Amino acid sequence: MGFLDRLLGREPSSREVARERLQLVLIYDRAGLSPAILDTLREEIVAVLSRHIEIDRDGIDLSVTQEGRQTKLVANIPLRPRRP
Amino acid sequence: MPGTVITITSGKGGVGKTTVTANLGTALALLGHRVVVVDADIGLRNLDLVLGLENRIVYDLVDVVEGRCRLRQALVRDKHLSELHLLPAAQTRDKTAVSPRQMAEVCDALRPHFDYVLVDSPAGIEQGFQNAIAGADRVIVVTTPEVSAVHDADRIIGLLEAAERGPIQLILNRIKLDMVRRGDMLTVEDVLQILAVDLIGIIPEDEQIIVTTNRGTPIALNGNSPTGRAFRDIARRLRGEEVPLEPLRDKSWLGRLFGFMRSS
Repeated sequence: MGFLDRLLGREPSSREVARERLQLVLIYDRAGLSPAILDTLREEIVAVLSRHIEIDRDGIDLSVTQEGRQTKLVANIPLRPRRP
Repeated sequence: MPGTVITITSGKGGVGKTTVTANLGTALALLGHRVVVVDADIGLRNLDLVLGLENRIVYDLVDVVEGRCRLRQALVRDKHLSELHLLPAAQTRDKTAVSPRQMAEVCDALRPHFDYVLVDSPAGIEQGFQNAIAGADRVIVVTTPEVSAVHDADRIIGLLEAAERGPIQLILNRIKLDMVRRGDMLTVEDVLQILAVDLIGIIPEDEQIIVTTNRGTPIALNGNSPTGRAFRDIARRLRGEEVPLEPLRDKSWLGRLFGFMRSS
């Protein structure tokens, strides 16, 4: 069944599932970052920045990337235009 | 020139460290190098069994460390290759019988007499692993393309980096080409992308490994075996030769048919 499902694009291959699960668990292993900590970070970053500047809270993108064996936390924070 | 100490480790047990150590030792000796393989898995010794030398052991690593014999007396000469020697582990003791410092001293004592000192590490991240890497100039991490093995390999690589041991190179063991093709096994590229270390070789899944281990004659001795060739290629890369990665042989029925037609 798995094969037909995959052929029809209904289910990712077990290889893809393995790769994604490993990548997520290794981010936690290497940097101690869990999805819950990431959520907390996002909230606190918003709180700190909001005290000084106007930011677009819905447009915030906080993500974790790998470069070689280096883990990077990348934050993309759109700013709101200053009100006249 | 003093020899190079290479530790073979993995984190997870059962991924093929001992088989890799026995076969790389054999392959390096086939190339004419003086080689000693050291079993650092005290209490769970198996390297002697894989090499077919279990009946020749007189003294072991712990006897050397505790001064009951000289280093040379504990070395067992291989029955196939005169350049290959084994320093067996003790079977009746545990990992605490040797300290990392003592292990590094044993490696230093072996260096002048051999071109390569291969240390077979126990599984785990505890003292046995710390002992095994204590004298290492280079480290080979063995993994299979399974989530638990890759997960543990990453942990080991992190520990090696923290201990500033290296260079670190990866052997990907037991690749099944038919499963990779079905999308049911991590590919070589997946594992390399996840672990981000240099690859030194790929070993296909091969039931002949069990057969040759049953007999105590490493597959690297078999000139016709593609798996034996994979080990011999890694040995050549270890000594600095540029050897391209051999594409894996097809195990699907179609591939076998074509392989059969080509070979007949």
